[in-house]
Amino acid sequence: MPMPRKASRAVAFAALAGLAAPVAVMAQSDAPAPAGPAARTAPIGLGERPSEELLRAWNIDISPDGENLPQGSGSVSEGETIFAQSCAVCHGADGTGGPMDRLAGGKGTLDTDDPVKTVGSYWPYATTLYDYVHRAMPFDNPQSLTADEVYAVTAYVLHLNELVPQDAVMDAQSLPQVEMPNRDAFEQMDTVTLPEAEACMSDCQPFDVDMQAATPSEIEEEQVQ
Amino acid sequence: MTKSDDHAPVDRSRRRLLAAAGLGGAALAGPAVLTRPALAQAAGPLVPESMLQQGEPILSPPYGVPSRFEEDVVRRATDLTPTALSSWSFTPLQDLHGIITPNGLFYERHHNGVPAIDPDAHRLMLHGLVERPLVFTMNDLMRFPAVSVIHFLECSGNSLSEYASPAASVQTSHGLVSCVEWTGVRLSTLLDEAGVRPEGKWVLAEGADGAGMTRSVPIEKALDDALIAFGQNGEMLRPEQGYPVRLMLPGYEGNMSIKWLRRLKVAERPFMTREETSKYTDLMPDGTSRQFTFTMQAKSVITRPAAGGTIAGGPGPLEISGVAWSGAGRVRRVDVTVDGGRSWQQAQLDGEPLPKAMTRFRLPWRWDGAPTVIASRVTDETGYVQPTREALLEARGTNYVYHYNAIAPWKIGANGEVTNAYAAQS
Repeated sequence: MPMPRKASRAVAFAALAGLAAPVAVMAQSDAPAPAGPAARTAPIGLGERPSEELLRAWNIDISPDGENLPQGSGSVSEGETIFAQSCAVCHGADGTGGPMDRLAGGKGTLDTDDPVKTVGSYWPYATTLYDYVHRAMPFDNPQSLTADEVYAVTAYVLHLNELVPQDAVMDAQSLPQVEMPNRDAFEQMDTVTLPEAEACMSDCQPFDVDMQAATPSEIEEEQVQ
Repeated sequence: MTKSDDHAPVDRSRRRLLAAAGLGGAALAGPAVLTRPALAQAAGPLVPESMLQQGEPILSPPYGVPSRFEEDVVRRATDLTPTALSSWSFTPLQDLHGIITPNGLFYERHHNGVPAIDPDAHRLMLHGLVERPLVFTMNDLMRFPAVSVIHFLECSGNSLSEYASPAASVQTSHGLVSCVEWTGVRLSTLLDEAGVRPEGKWVLAEGADGAGMTRSVPIEKALDDALIAFGQNGEMLRPEQGYPVRLMLPGYEGNMSIKWLRRLKVAERPFMTREETSKYTDLMPDGTSRQFTFTMQAKSVITRPAAGGTIAGGPGPLEISGVAWSGAGRVRRVDVTVDGGRSWQQAQLDGEPLPKAMTRFRLPWRWDGAPTVIASRVTDETGYVQPTREALLEARGTNYVYHYNAIAPWKIGANGEVTNAYAAQS
């Protein structure tokens, strides 16, 4: 029966809450206690504290400042070998071919009619490359690369975009320092409302479409005749 | 029932009789079956055949499926992606009624296929800037106070075709939106359980799929109406929608509602994942980009008659009907034009619109057989009016990709054929 176990857990968390609540209230001292999202209700007492082992194994996200980057390192030349084996089939040998996302080039295309968004032309953070390659690549075998291998592939892709030299080595210190050209081109905002529009009801501007144009099947019929 | 019964071409009425006998119903079924030929003769040729015989027994099958006459009502895939594992399929809006999307027709967008997850083995971890890091089993999650709410979910890429190369049918131009009743625990309940530290401003949500899909969610949204959902239209989530548990962020672009949710991490700043930097950011004509454009703004579309279909039976009375929704709140009103946008009339709404949910609108109409263009235009409770395509492109250009919500005009030809008015002229 799960009930006794749950009940004892609830008691344990209630004790924890007694310690935690004053801290949260103090931190939001301008609001009358117990306001503030952090201190709204006492814990119900469900869930368990994860083991340190589980936390380490699951805590895989990499921050833009490099926080959480693992130990290890990889060079451009090591990355070239791994890329040829594991990545080129989808991205081409130099990151500009294959059926999947283009990884290199595209410089100077973002304000044209044919923008090419690559790691070099578009991605704002080099750390995202480590995070993504580690969690999701190769596409058919995710999380199969070691930390050294992920650093190496990251170094190679950055080199393909002329962002690091041929002899570069990426690790927890060097990767966050790579300057990404498109870093400051992002404006953070929620969806933008267009200029205030009015719901016109009569004598409105009609759509810019040809109401009398033949339909596809009419065109097809004409062509057959 | 024996194996040969399953495979041999047996007489249907005899099979049914055997099924009834198996339930101890021989006495009831016997006389009806025995007298059927006589009744059939007596009834004459104008009586429907379905009245002259017994139907299928219960549990045919145990989990019900649509009539075989509805076999064309299916999701359809995009032809734009090089792999079906990171791809999308469209809801057949033209075939749906009301506002609820059946679970088997909910649109799909996966980034590395649909994982098969055993709910007993699944865990959801909540950690980072919290007082008490926690890991939950599905049983834990389902013991929390829950809520059921109706909300739409729309892919931010819905209607992306309409920026530059308008699609041929309403299914492919607008079918990356669905609306269901979600059941789950408020994310705020879980955050309270863990105790968010005051400096916690963003929550990373991570999926347990092969893409390890991740997005950063502002703490304000997490503490507002965000849901940790396990139910979908009364049953457990479908695998395609995140079984056994997902995040559901009402009104926000679909990819943020992380499916197969396995981890939530509270932090001071957004995590700048691949899906919120290189993807799902909006490129402007000047080469700059907009990031964290979360809200799906008001949008409506006529689903009957709609592009890709025809007005069956030709001129005469019919009902124009469609759906409207807004990520900012409730639909206030929907207007419909039947003369190419020159004049508009207010459509009827089915009941009271729900916040961040689909609303069905209707307008009775008599088509005189002349070619014309019809369209709908929604205004939401914030006063936001659905823009024209011209206004949207003027403001954003054609490289924007996401968040297309302009008015969709359908052209009706003299032969009753309905097409996307923008596709027809390109």
